[in-house]
Amino acid sequence: MKITGSEIFIECLKKEGVKHLFGYPGGVVLGIFDLLHENKDIHLILTRHEQGAVHAADGYARSTGKPGVVLVTSGPGATNTITGIATASMDSIPLVVFCGQVPTMLIGNDAFQEADIVGISRPCTKYNFLVKDVKDLARTIREAFYIASSGRPGPVLIDLPKDVTAAKAEFVWPDPIKLRSYNPTYEGNKWMINQAGNMIARSKKAVIIAGGGVVLSGGSKELRELAEITDIPVTMTLMGLGSFPGTHKLSLGMPGMHGTFYANKAIQEADLLVAVGMRFDDRVTGKLDAFAPHAQIIHIDIDPTSIKKNVRVNIPIVGDVKRVLTVLNKVLREDMKEQWAEVRKSWLKQIEAWRKERPMTYTYNNEVIKPQFVVEKIYELTKGDAIITTEVGQNQMWSAQFYKFDKPRMWLTSGGLGTMGYGFPAAIGAQLANPNKLVIDIAGDGSIQMNIQELATAVINRLPVKVAILNNRYLGMVRQWQELFFSERYAHTKLDETVPDFVKIAEAYGAVGLRATKPSEVEPVLKEAFRIKRTVFMDFVVDWKEKVFPMVPAGAPIDHMLFDEHKQKSEKKLKAVK
Amino acid sequence: MRHTISLLVENKFGVLSRISGLFSGRGYNIESLSVGETIDPQISNMTIITSGDDQIIEQIIKQLNKLIDVIKVVDMTELDHVEREMVLIKVAPRQEDKAEVLRLAEIFRGRVLDSSQKTYTIEITGDEKKIAAFVELVKPMGIKEFLRTGKIAIAREGVKKLP
Repeated sequence: MKITGSEIFIECLKKEGVKHLFGYPGGVVLGIFDLLHENKDIHLILTRHEQGAVHAADGYARSTGKPGVVLVTSGPGATNTITGIATASMDSIPLVVFCGQVPTMLIGNDAFQEADIVGISRPCTKYNFLVKDVKDLARTIREAFYIASSGRPGPVLIDLPKDVTAAKAEFVWPDPIKLRSYNPTYEGNKWMINQAGNMIARSKKAVIIAGGGVVLSGGSKELRELAEITDIPVTMTLMGLGSFPGTHKLSLGMPGMHGTFYANKAIQEADLLVAVGMRFDDRVTGKLDAFAPHAQIIHIDIDPTSIKKNVRVNIPIVGDVKRVLTVLNKVLREDMKEQWAEVRKSWLKQIEAWRKERPMTYTYNNEVIKPQFVVEKIYELTKGDAIITTEVGQNQMWSAQFYKFDKPRMWLTSGGLGTMGYGFPAAIGAQLANPNKLVIDIAGDGSIQMNIQELATAVINRLPVKVAILNNRYLGMVRQWQELFFSERYAHTKLDETVPDFVKIAEAYGAVGLRATKPSEVEPVLKEAFRIKRTVFMDFVVDWKEKVFPMVPAGAPIDHMLFDEHKQKSEKKLKAVK
Repeated sequence: MRHTISLLVENKFGVLSRISGLFSGRGYNIESLSVGETIDPQISNMTIITSGDDQIIEQIIKQLNKLIDVIKVVDMTELDHVEREMVLIKVAPRQEDKAEVLRLAEIFRGRVLDSSQKTYTIEITGDEKKIAAFVELVKPMGIKEFLRTGKIAIAREGVKKLP
């Protein structure tokens, strides 16, 4: 029996096990929306902006590991998805984004609401398709889900012309699927893994750097085994937070620009780096020539292009982190002898000394709320058992520094692209996927305004997302750079009197608004927010002068760190670096 | 260093822009690119001449391999191979040079495709050196138009291909 393209679309989503998709209707996708209207298995969540829809699908994907699905209309509907798609692409998040398109006959005619979305999205998708014939639709959707969620995951876009979804064809579900030109490598080279085992066993001052790839491959357990077998300390990149328990004694916290002193010190002094599912981003390495000068490097990643892109690598291992670590741990269990424990002891002792010398800390104040204090309180009250999303900037870095993530998929943040406005819609997606979990967006007063319209989405869907706004009346991270590097000239970063009353905004949308202006009010406000089973905005009026420390100035070696109390000294150092 | 990279790709619309977009997006350089269908109409062959240090070339090859529509990538520079390019040159020599142009064309095994009162259009096929040598000799006599196809490359038989 022949069915329409719109019906095939629905059948394919069912086959893929999709329960929720996020979207926004428009002229050329009305046929599909009409079918979704009465569908009991697949629920479309109407966001208030297409960017919000993509971030919500992204939050859904990051918190579950399943691809997030988006459906929007052509032209502006499609172009509005780009920031969300690029965000997912930089962080390797599986998404399948469906865009309506004008009828095939009109493509290229500058028709109403036409945009060449396949052309526009090409550099920020893993792959994209324009479906020209309804007979290709089911296979295309199958391929899209397969490509999005296999290998190094990423967003895939499908452009659906209106006439293709209206035309009829037999529904044929291709299963299994094989693409001759796409064969990700999952198994690491055994010889290389053996070499890596030897190198690890010989090392005296090794550090593991774990990235988002550990989370994506589900390799947290294997990573922990690796660290515990070998007694090697682990530092987790921004994307890797939660891949290794933040409270573990071998955890060094985050490395890099706003990382811990002891993580950066350890990297710089190390004789071996075991890089697992990470890609040596400039925020991690700082000045490349001066990065880990004494270290040999073992690099495990599923994407060959990540290896030797930024740093020299002694042992490259292309493969899935979980599978490679499983084999490596087996090798190491045989290789690691008692005698190595002694060797490692002095290294761990050295690291403990660095940890004591400069712990991750801030100065508490009785009068004014320190933003770090809010994050600490959130951690304390949730006992680490909450899904935390963030916006981008100081709020993101303080969250990364002061919240300890013990489990993967509990920390959702835009790492690669650094997208302001990500956290709130992502929290909505995560809450939908995890109805019984506490989901908190730690936001700034600047970022939250970039997708604040999604309050409507949260409220109407009864999603009890909590938003903790660290309100410093500034675009804080940029202000921090202006203070440190632009002679305190605050060009266009002071929001001050233009910051809206977030309590009133929340209430206007039918959510709950709470405010804390003194440190003593922080805990009561958080407790109240967590008690209420509704969407809550918490406005924490925080110290605007507070900065994120430690900090490695862009382009400096990662052990050239600025600390709060040494402002003048560090400024001198900075001049020397320049 | 200069590299000749040979690709097998799916013969689909948009593949060329994926590849050229990869080069422009990552700041790699394309000196020449030629594309044609293979015996299998579903597959095209591309020959790209690019340059960069070893690290850049390694990245280019990895990035090309990562593209979903790319079936196979071979860096011909590492193999014994033959390169060919074709140029079409319209020469407008003075009366006294006409015979010399034809003589040169013959020496270089070129073919005269068209002749007019004032011009000869000559086809030359060969590797880079041969073409450069011909152009150098003919240039003083007046080149009116000059077109080149971009190189294609093929490995010599018996040479072990890269995995």
